Amino acid sequence: MKKTHLLAASLIAAASGLAAEDAYAANLTLCWAAWDPANALVELSKDFEAQSGHKMNFEFVPWPNFADRMLNELNSGGKLCDLMIGDSQWIGLGAEAGHYVKMNDFFEANAISMDDFIPATVTGYAEWPKGTPNYWALPAYADVVGWTYRKDWFARPELQAEYKEKYGRDLDVPATLAELKDIAEFFQGREIDGKTVYGAAIYTERGSEGITMGVTNALYNYGFLYENPEKPYDMEGFVNSSGAVEGLEFYKALYDCCTPPGSSDWYMSETIDAFKSGQAALQMNFAFIWPGVNADPNVGGDRSGYFPNPAGPAGQFAQLGGQGISVVSYSSNQDAALEYIKWFAQPEVQQRWWDMGGAPALKSVVEAPGFADSQPYAQAFLDSMAIVKDFWAEPTYAELLLAMQNRVHRYVIAGEGTAQEALDALVGDWTEVFEDDGKL
Amino acid sequence: MSGASVTGPSRRLKWAAGILVVGYALITLMPLLWIMATGFKTSPDSIAYPPKVIFAPSLEGYVNLFTTQTRQTADYLAANPPQTWYEKIVHDRGMVITGTSRFGERFMNSVIIGFGSTFLSVVLGTLAAYAFSRYRIPLKDDLMFFILSTRMMPPVAVAIPIFLMFRNLGLSDTHAGMILLYTAVNLSLAVWLLKGFIDEIPREYEEAALIDGYTRFQAFTKVVLPQAATGIASTAIFCLIFAWNEYAFAVLLTSGTAQTAPPFIPTIIGVGGRDWPAVAAGATIFLVPVVVFTVLLRKHLLRGITFGAVRK
Amino acid sequence: MPETAMDSVARATPPRVARRIRGLSDRMIAWIFVAPTIFLLLAINIFPLIWTIRLSFTNFRANRPNAETAWVGLRNYERILSDPDIWQTMQATAHFLFWTLFFQVLIGFALAWLINAKFRGSNFWTTIIVLPMMLSPAVVGNFWTFLYQPQIGLFNYVVAFFSGADPTGFTMIGEVALAPWAIVIVDTWMWTPFVMLICLAGLRSIPESIYEAAECDRASKWRQFWTITVPMVLPFLMLAVLFRGIENFKMFDLVVQLTGGGPGSTTELTSINLKREAFEKWRTGYASAYAVILFVTVFGLASIYVKALNKVKER
Repeated sequence: MKKTHLLAASLIAAASGLAAEDAYAANLTLCWAAWDPANALVELSKDFEAQSGHKMNFEFVPWPNFADRMLNELNSGGKLCDLMIGDSQWIGLGAEAGHYVKMNDFFEANAISMDDFIPATVTGYAEWPKGTPNYWALPAYADVVGWTYRKDWFARPELQAEYKEKYGRDLDVPATLAELKDIAEFFQGREIDGKTVYGAAIYTERGSEGITMGVTNALYNYGFLYENPEKPYDMEGFVNSSGAVEGLEFYKALYDCCTPPGSSDWYMSETIDAFKSGQAALQMNFAFIWPGVNADPNVGGDRSGYFPNPAGPAGQFAQLGGQGISVVSYSSNQDAALEYIKWFAQPEVQQRWWDMGGAPALKSVVEAPGFADSQPYAQAFLDSMAIVKDFWAEPTYAELLLAMQNRVHRYVIAGEGTAQEALDALVGDWTEVFEDDGKL
Repeated sequence: MSGASVTGPSRRLKWAAGILVVGYALITLMPLLWIMATGFKTSPDSIAYPPKVIFAPSLEGYVNLFTTQTRQTADYLAANPPQTWYEKIVHDRGMVITGTSRFGERFMNSVIIGFGSTFLSVVLGTLAAYAFSRYRIPLKDDLMFFILSTRMMPPVAVAIPIFLMFRNLGLSDTHAGMILLYTAVNLSLAVWLLKGFIDEIPREYEEAALIDGYTRFQAFTKVVLPQAATGIASTAIFCLIFAWNEYAFAVLLTSGTAQTAPPFIPTIIGVGGRDWPAVAAGATIFLVPVVVFTVLLRKHLLRGITFGAVRK
Repeated sequence: MPETAMDSVARATPPRVARRIRGLSDRMIAWIFVAPTIFLLLAINIFPLIWTIRLSFTNFRANRPNAETAWVGLRNYERILSDPDIWQTMQATAHFLFWTLFFQVLIGFALAWLINAKFRGSNFWTTIIVLPMMLSPAVVGNFWTFLYQPQIGLFNYVVAFFSGADPTGFTMIGEVALAPWAIVIVDTWMWTPFVMLICLAGLRSIPESIYEAAECDRASKWRQFWTITVPMVLPFLMLAVLFRGIENFKMFDLVVQLTGGGPGSTTELTSINLKREAFEKWRTGYASAYAVILFVTVFGLASIYVKALNKVKER
C-alpha cells in the first residue's frame, strides 16, 4: 500500500517537475465569491504569475448567487474554473460527485502537511468524510462568526455606572450569551450623541443562509447537536433537544428585544451597515469584516473592539465560515492549478496573505509570536477559530439549509408557532432529505 | 385637437390635471433621485443615520464601480503616493486600485445582447405580424394565443432544460445564446403589438402598389414598413426595456463571458458590506441608454401601443 | 419616389426568376414570414416545455447527472397539490397579483385621463413618470431594501414626515402584516407607467366627433365619461391587465431581491418557491411538475381572459 503511494507520489512529483521544465504557460481561472478578500487575493497572486509564468484569471460571483452559480457550473461539468474556493459545506458534494481532485498524494509529494493548519479548518474545509484523512482542499480562508462592539460607548463612565447599578456587573465584553443579551437590552433605544441607538445587529436573512449562520451560534451553546454522536443521522432528541429549544428561544428573544427596527432580513452587509452608521452597540458578523471595521472612518480604530461568540449553558462554540481551495476535476490545467496551491501553501505567502487582509489557516502564521498583537482583532480571531462548529457538509447540504432557513425564519422573525414546533418540523424535513438521499 | 374645441378640457381642469400629474411625478421621482444622489455620496454618507439629504459630493462610487481596490498597509501607501485624482480618492481610504472592474465588460454585454435581441425581435416580429395581419393562416387565433402563451412560463421553470440544451449546442454563456433566448421571450410581445399596428394600415395602399407592378415583397418593404415605423419604434422600446433589464435568465445561464449588468449591479461589494454608492452609480449609468433610446423614439411610443384593439 | 436597391434588383432580375418570386403564392409568403418566429418559439419555448413535462414524471436531479433516474408517475404532482406550504405561496401570489393590478389600473387610468387634458408640459412630465419602468427590476428590488430601512432609508422618513408617525416605529419588509404591501408598493411604483401609457393610447384613439355628438345631445360630462370614455378605453385597459398579469404571475427578480421571500414565507411567491426547488434543492423532477402546474394555471386563466377580451373588442 505504502509502496504504491510512494510510486504515485514520485510520479506526480516527476510530472510536475517536467511541467516546470517545459515552462509552459497555462491560463488558470480561479473562482471565488466577490468580496474584499478576493480582491486581496488578486493582488497576492501577481507574485505567483511572476514566478510561474502562468496567467491568472478570476471569476468572482457575488455571495447571494455564489452557490447557485458555482454549483450549477460544477454539476454540469463545466471547465470555467480550474481552481475553486468553494464554501466549506460543498466539500461533501465536491468529493462524492467527483467535482474536486483528491489532494492526498499531492500533499505528500510536496511535503504539505495538514498538521500545519488549524485543526478546525482542516476538518471544516478539507476533509470528507469528516474525521478521516481524505483531503479535497487546502484551507484557504479561515473565517468564523464573532462579535464587534462599540468600545467607545462601553467606556463612557455614566453608562458604566448605570449598567453596574442595574445588572451588578461591569459593562464589559460579555462572558455568556445571557450577559450579551443584557448589554443589548441596556443599549436598545438609548440616546447616544443625539441619536437613538439599538442593542445588537444580528443575522436574520431569509434568502440564502443568513439566519442559519446566526442562530447556530445560540443553538450550539445551548446544547443543539446535528446528530447523535454515537449514531449518524439520528436527529430526534438532538436537533430538537430541550437545550436546542432554549437556544432558539434565546435567539428570538434577542431579536424581539434588542435589534434595530427593520433588521428582519439582514446578513453580512446589512449588519455591517448598521454598525458603521452607529445604530448598534453590538454586531454579529464573520471575522472577515474586522479589517474593514478597524479601518472605518466612523467606527474604526479604538472605537471598536472584537470578541468571540460568548458561552452558553452547554459550552462555547461559534459558527464556522471560510473556504478551502480545491482543484476542479474537469479542468484541463490540473498541474498548473496544483502548482498554484503549492505556491499558496508557502509560509511566506500565507504571512503576506494575513498582512493584506486575508485570513490564513496556517499555524506557523497564526501561532507566531506577535500575531495576537499584530492587529486589534487578531486575538479574537484566534480565540474564535478554536471553538468552531460547522453546518452539515453533506452532498445534500443545500436542501438541509433551505429547510432550516424556512423553519427558523418563520419562528424567529414571523413569529409562527413555538420553538419546539419549529425544531420538530426541522427534524421532519431533514429526515426526509436523508431518506431521499438514501442515507436513512 | 384645437384649444377652442367645445369638448376640450376647460382651463381650470387643465390646471388641476397639471398639478395632480406633476405631484405624482415628483413623488415617483423621489426614489430615483435618491438612487442618483447616493451615487455621489461617500460610503459612510450613504448609510448615514439619519439619512443625509445634504452632503459633500464625491466620485467615490463611480471610481469604485469601474475599479477593484484592495486595502494596503500604511507603509505601502506612504511609499506609493497617488498619481491621479481617482487614485487619490481610493488612497484616502487606505486602499489602492488593483485593476479595472468587470462593470465595463458587463455593460458591453448588455449593449450587445440588449440591442441585438431587440433588433432580431423587431425584424422577426414584423414579418410574422404582417403575415398574421394580411394572410389567411389556418388556426390564426390559436396561433396568436400560442405565441402569447410562450411568455407565460416563468424563467426559472424552463431554465434547466434551456441550460442543458444550450450546453449541447455550445450556446451556453454566449452572446448568441442570450440574444436568441431574449428574442424568443420578446417575440410574443412584438408580434402582438405589431399585428395591431399593421391591422390599422389600410390594405388599399398595398393593392395600389401591386397594381403599379410591385411584387408582394416590394409592397411590403416600400409601403407597409414605412407606415409601420411608429409601431416598430414603440415595439423596439418595449423589447429593449425587457432585454436590457432581464435578471433571472442572466443569473442562471451566464457567467464569465456573456453575463449582463443586472445581476452584477446589486451585488457590488465594497469594504465588508455592500458598496451602496457604487451600486447607485451603476444603476444610474445603466439607466442612461434606455432613457436616451426612449427619448429618441418618444414620439412613436404612444401611437404604437394599441395592441390591435382599435378598429377604425 | 427615389429609386432604391429593390427597384434595381427587380429590374435586373431575369423575367423567369422574377415571375417565380412574384409567383410565390400568398400562402408561401405567409409561411416564410411566420416560420422563423414559430421555429424560434418551438425551439426555445416549446421544446423546453415538453422536456419539462417529461421530467415532471421522474425523480431526476440535475445535480446528480450520474444517478439513476426513475419514472415516478404522478407522485410529484400529488406531493405538490397536497403540500400546504405551496398553497400558501399561491395565496401570496394571488394577493400580490390582485392588489398590484388594482392599484396600477386605478392610478394608471387616472394619470392617463389627467395627462390627456394636455396641460402645458404634459409631454415632459409623462416622460418623467415613465422612468421607473426602465430600471432593472433586480436593481429596483435591491435598492428598495435600502429605501425601506427604518434608520437609514428614505421611505419611513417620508411617511413619518407626512403622517407624524415615528419613522422607526414600523418596518415595511420586516413585519408579517406589512411585507405583502411593501412588495405591492414597489411593483406599483415601477409599473403604473406601463398601464398609464396604454390607457393614454386608448384615450387618444377616441375620435373627437363622438364627444361632439354627445355634446349636441347635451349629455353631461359625467355621463360622457361613463358612456364613451370608459367603454372605449376598456379593451386597452384589459390588454394592459393581461400583460401585467402574466408578468406578475411569474414575478421573481424584484421580490427576491427585496424580501427574499420573508419574513418567514410571507412573500414567498410561487416563482421564488420554484427557484428554491429547482436551483437550490435541485429536485428537478419535482420542480418540473410544479412548473407544469403553474403553466397550466396561467394558460387556463389567460385563455378565458383573452376570450372575454375578444368579446369586449367586438362590441
